[in-house]
Amino acid sequence: MFKTPRSRLITIVLLTALFGWLLYSNGLKLGLDLQGGMHLVLEVDDPEGTMTVEAKADMIDRVDRIIRTRIDEFGVEEPLIQKVGGERLIVELAGISDEDRAKEIVQRNAFLEFKLVLPTTDMTAALSRIDRSVVAALGIDSIRALGRDVVADDQPEIVDLLFGGGDTAVSAEQVDTTEVVEEVPEEDPLDNLQPFSSLLNIGDVPGTYLIAIEDEPTVQLFLDMDEVQRALPRDQALQWGMELVGRGARTYKYLWVLEEDPFLTGDRLEEATAGRDPQFNQSQVQFELSRAGGRTFGQFTGQHIGDNLAIVLDGAVQSAPVIRDRIGARGQIDMGSGTPLEEASDLALVLRAGALPAKINIIEERTVGPSLGQDSIDAGRIAGMLGIALVVLVMMAYYRVAGILAVGALGVYIILVLGGLAGFGAVLTVPGIAGLILSIGMAVDANVLIFERIREELALGRATRTAVEEGFQHAFSAIMDANMTTLITALILFQFGTGPVRGFAVTLSIGIVASFFSALFVTRSFFLVYLQGKKASDPISV
Amino acid sequence: MRLFHDASYRFIEARRKAYIVSGTVLTAGVIFMITNVLNTGSWQNYGVDFTGGSLIQIQVYENLNAGDLRDALDGSDEITRFGEESEFVVRAPVAEDGSIGAVADEIETQLAAAFGEEAFEVVRTEQVGAKVGGELQLKALYAILFSFLLTLIYLAIRFELRFGMAAVIATLHDILITLGFLAAFRVEIALPTVAAILTILGYSLNDTIVVFDRIRENMHKKGARKRDPVDLVNQSINETLPRTILTSGTTLAVLLALLVLGGAVIRDFTVVLILGVIIGTYSSIFVASPALIEIQNRWGLGRAGEKKKRPQPATV
Repeated sequence: MFKTPRSRLITIVLLTALFGWLLYSNGLKLGLDLQGGMHLVLEVDDPEGTMTVEAKADMIDRVDRIIRTRIDEFGVEEPLIQKVGGERLIVELAGISDEDRAKEIVQRNAFLEFKLVLPTTDMTAALSRIDRSVVAALGIDSIRALGRDVVADDQPEIVDLLFGGGDTAVSAEQVDTTEVVEEVPEEDPLDNLQPFSSLLNIGDVPGTYLIAIEDEPTVQLFLDMDEVQRALPRDQALQWGMELVGRGARTYKYLWVLEEDPFLTGDRLEEATAGRDPQFNQSQVQFELSRAGGRTFGQFTGQHIGDNLAIVLDGAVQSAPVIRDRIGARGQIDMGSGTPLEEASDLALVLRAGALPAKINIIEERTVGPSLGQDSIDAGRIAGMLGIALVVLVMMAYYRVAGILAVGALGVYIILVLGGLAGFGAVLTVPGIAGLILSIGMAVDANVLIFERIREELALGRATRTAVEEGFQHAFSAIMDANMTTLITALILFQFGTGPVRGFAVTLSIGIVASFFSALFVTRSFFLVYLQGKKASDPISV
Repeated sequence: MRLFHDASYRFIEARRKAYIVSGTVLTAGVIFMITNVLNTGSWQNYGVDFTGGSLIQIQVYENLNAGDLRDALDGSDEITRFGEESEFVVRAPVAEDGSIGAVADEIETQLAAAFGEEAFEVVRTEQVGAKVGGELQLKALYAILFSFLLTLIYLAIRFELRFGMAAVIATLHDILITLGFLAAFRVEIALPTVAAILTILGYSLNDTIVVFDRIRENMHKKGARKRDPVDLVNQSINETLPRTILTSGTTLAVLLALLVLGGAVIRDFTVVLILGVIIGTYSSIFVASPALIEIQNRWGLGRAGEKKKRPQPATV
């Protein structure tokens, strides 16, 4: 295929076009030092100010480590993560196109728990106690202000009676009737008020209540009260589900009755990968637990076959499948069909990186300029241009026509490298430029090696064509070994390095491959074109 | 145009002089590192990136850009535009007495001297931690050691074991001298400096392999076995000399352009690279190649050759 100079040139043009297009369509992302980016200041949530200075510092240390891992996996190169005064964290990210997604990755707690779903019996029995505690804590005026001064019917368990049938259409209609706020007669004892339980509808899934979506803030307000938490049945908790369900014209959210303590948490998680369930066409995250975690999981699920298992993420029930069999170390979190795969892979990422030990608030958000300073970048750009011009001049002055061919090959090289960087979505930083300089140096060096060799062969009296042929052949081993060892080093630095070391390794690796190709294929093709129609004895300009 | 065509310098014969030069420079470097440890507790002058320091936010009321601020300050602090056009963040090392207030005061004084007191305001001063944790250095070190091992194996397969050993010795030599230089001049170690050191590693290895490739080629030529190894190595270095001079010269010229025009911020980075190119070129001729000869003189060519009682094969 590459026999004729023509087919070689076509290959070069096609590749250059492809990488040029990659560069044009993706654009080259520049790092914090060259372009600036997004600046976030994070703080551990401590509304009551109860944390000690040491506890905060320790917390920030842990947050620092976890966020570093997350951002590394997110693929943002060389973020700046810096502790401020022992209680805050600066996170700066370059080249972010989706800022909300990046913030979610940084801020998400990713606290995973596995809890047993309980029947609502105990909870329902405790509802009147909860109502009383709400009334006692807030007083009738506040409750009236909330519009929750609903009075009980004769029936003690209003919710059950209204919605026990489970016919969703009917229940939806009847919700409307309960919403009518009745005037509370003066003589009615406060005991009959049902500020809380009147918001609950019996769920169509065991262990759940349904709450109309517009009532969610009110229910949450009640649930946040210490008095309500104390009134809950012992070791039981009420937690929101993620899913929204439509019943009739209204939208509801599940409120799950769960065992308060999880039997397993996400710190036992070893691996998490995002995928798509082809059968139901829904995004999911498959996870694998550690050996010890798998044992606990297996033991627990073995004892609770037939029950529902709630997978709780950051306090919200993600899904609650029925335990059909003993489950070992592997499981999955279903995310519903509407969820894009991207969201599943973000979740898998934060689960792998580990949960944040506390809630994190973003207290400041800004865009920052390049840390090198625009003035330095402009100066560097001029210097770089001059440097390249210098290389071009030297090559052309020293090697004449061959030098021009080499400069052409270097032009192809630059498009390949920049296109490659853009294609990989790499972020170019100063350390990256160092890698680039080294690989440009090696690309030039490869050409020099070849040309010097051709000169030597010519000096030995070989015919033009043979000399060029031999020149490329003999220079090959040096170029190959030099590039291979450098590539080995670059790949190891990429594997083990972090931050700037990694940025250096990425550009160097791409640069080495491109320089290898440029010197051995592109320069050679140009030479073949140059030699076309020349006789063996014709002189060449090298 | 031809440079160093048909040269025949006696490089290897001068190796003892080179040993003295390298030995002296290496020893001096180590002494500087030790002195640094005694004086400051750290063998290198780690910059804000590694040690942390102070973060000072400045609001300017006049039309000033980051360059103006940099000129007014010492020039080495990192100055970043922060949010709107009129706000900047300066990241500076902590003062000797460890207080960030002193740093802010000093910056305030310098800026006031340049632009007047009304031109700006220090909005906030904070102590910040390192940009990179200690694990970066440790990981980088492991990575370099591991890459040495793989390079050694690769060269042992493609060349011979002693070539791998000589190349690793030369690269180590270059990195140590660079570190000694950094310690001696107390060059601030910033993140780009790390990249510069890695670049030197790559450059040095590249240069060494080009010379070694020629030695390997000459070793396989007819009659090479009977030749004096020193002679053969000398010839190989001389044959690659035009290339060495051209490549190193061009690289140096580019780096000099970067040094002169590139501005204050990347000056340290460029200086380290220039130094590395010089040392890398020197070491492939005066360290790597002599090391080959020394290894052969000391350990011969391996047992296999001697047992067969062949005439001492004079391969180098």
